[in-house]
Amino acid sequence: MERVIARWLPRTYLTLVYVLLYLPILVLVVFSFNASRTGYQWDGLSLHWYESLFNNRAMVKAMWNSLWLALVAATVSTVIGALTALALHRYRFRGKRMLNGMLFVVMMSPEIVLAISLLALFLLIGMQLGFMSLLLAHVTFCLPFVVITVMARLSGFDERLPEAARDLGASDFTMTRTVLIPVIMPALMAGWLLGFTLSLDDVVVSTFVSGPSYEILPLRIYSMVRVGLKPEVNALGTLLLVFSLVMLMLSQWILMRSKR
Amino acid sequence: MTQTLLSLRNVSKQFDGKTVLDALDLDIQDGEFLTLLGPSGCGKTTLLRLLGGFEHPDSGTLVLSGEDITAKPPEHRPLNTVFQHYALFPHMTVFDNVAYGLKMEKRPADEIRQRVSEALALVQLDDFARRKPHQLSGGQQQRVAIARAVVKRPKLLLLDEPLSALDYKLRRTMQIELKRLQRELGITFVFVTHDQEEALSMSDRVVVLKDGKVQQLGTPREIYERPANLFTARFVGETNFFPGVVSRIDDEHIAVDVQGLLRHLRKPTFDVRVGQPVHVLLRPEDIRVLEPTADHGFTGKVIERNYKGSTLDSLIRLDSGQEVLASEFFDEDDPTFDYRLGEPVRVSWVDGWEWLLPEELNEAEVLSDDLNAEAPAGDD
Repeated sequence: MERVIARWLPRTYLTLVYVLLYLPILVLVVFSFNASRTGYQWDGLSLHWYESLFNNRAMVKAMWNSLWLALVAATVSTVIGALTALALHRYRFRGKRMLNGMLFVVMMSPEIVLAISLLALFLLIGMQLGFMSLLLAHVTFCLPFVVITVMARLSGFDERLPEAARDLGASDFTMTRTVLIPVIMPALMAGWLLGFTLSLDDVVVSTFVSGPSYEILPLRIYSMVRVGLKPEVNALGTLLLVFSLVMLMLSQWILMRSKR
Repeated sequence: MTQTLLSLRNVSKQFDGKTVLDALDLDIQDGEFLTLLGPSGCGKTTLLRLLGGFEHPDSGTLVLSGEDITAKPPEHRPLNTVFQHYALFPHMTVFDNVAYGLKMEKRPADEIRQRVSEALALVQLDDFARRKPHQLSGGQQQRVAIARAVVKRPKLLLLDEPLSALDYKLRRTMQIELKRLQRELGITFVFVTHDQEEALSMSDRVVVLKDGKVQQLGTPREIYERPANLFTARFVGETNFFPGVVSRIDDEHIAVDVQGLLRHLRKPTFDVRVGQPVHVLLRPEDIRVLEPTADHGFTGKVIERNYKGSTLDSLIRLDSGQEVLASEFFDEDDPTFDYRLGEPVRVSWVDGWEWLLPEELNEAEVLSDDLNAEAPAGDD
């Protein structure tokens, strides 16, 4: 008896955890193909909600806006973050520890605090709320994650590699292009993906700093919830899920290739 | 006829106020195998990095074939380095690693292919061109690092403890390999090591360094048989020191009172006067262990026996308390050879085989430090 429990308890527990984690997602995917108007009953298979989603111009527009914002924010924060990490890793300068600590402050502080302070800042300098304010805000909260990812990679970086490249006749710039960047590439991509995801699903900060001129997906969905959720959202969720799965597999594939 | 390839004049370097190289002068000759030998922290790696251009001296000059290269960055120096942990580019194949330096010179693709395969053939890695560094063993990675450095045909090859990460057997193989490469390529090698055995067996000349100063510069034989000071004597090989006092001086010989025994020794190269304290140095293989009934030598007891295959090492405690290491070749026909532990013996040597050194300031420090204690794969 005891042996049976010892054998089945961990398995049941684990199964429960995974069911609780993935069941909602599964429900979402399944109901996105549901012909029924309501979310509670099954009326047969249909692509109706996908069609309706693509006919919802405001929704499609918000999706493109979100993707574009995430792309730009991730790229900008990867460039700035990588340079920051390099500076923190390679050079000794005044205020280095403070800079390092401040990155953590941004990462640890509650999002609502960041949101309020950014809004206050934008109002103070008289900036129009829209794409630029969203971009600046998103870069701000993505940056520490990129810096930390790249720093982790750099800490395992063999300091002799740049020297070997210089020794073989490469200038500092050529060394950076042919040795440093390829070696830290996985970290750059991981940082970029992290930034992309963070930006794509951010609600709190975006609520404060977005304006009517640039509506993004999370806020659009949020506003829809108030007037009643249409199964369109399920279709959208499924698409986003597929998109992020593809991205994830792509990044894993690149990582494996770079290790080989 | 030897020519000077690289001269260092009055080179000093400090890190955070700590002097690492102290007004160092050194001439490296064209085509030689020169070894920088010293305990960790002696400045040997810093010296190598100065030659490579990764550090710049606080003062002094480096002249390579008549050209002042003191301020030149590494990419503009006609010399290459084999790094301690190889520093192979992990994202490139063996071929691309070796080709890197030639690509930087913008050589045509045909020439690059030709020269890379020659370099790989030289280190017997022809079949490994398509592999990535992590698919190679330590010894193979080492060979790639060498091929990558010699493919550029440098005037001078710098090797920073290149064998320290290899196991003993592979190390011996690579030592022979490196000597062969140096002969075949005719390139000047500057080799850094803290392993004195390696230094003696591989080099044309050895530079013994300590505290950023050259202690001695000479052939391995000179270093071993005629050490310039107590530090070199202790660092290179095992040495027995017998304190003595000069009691009489002739034209060619001096008499030295060694712990009550009067020995007639060759007159040393340094000035001596009667009453001067000196050190009589004897290598373990020059010590003779005699039966207690012998008419000369110090009396003592065997306290340790160490069988080493071709030799038998004995540690003998003299009645004065001093411990003497003797290393004897096997001679099964010698009935007196096999002493038991605790057995009384006499210790002596053939006059003329000893080496004399004057007393030094701070000699207690030199004689007490555990010089050969080195952190494994120590970076200094």
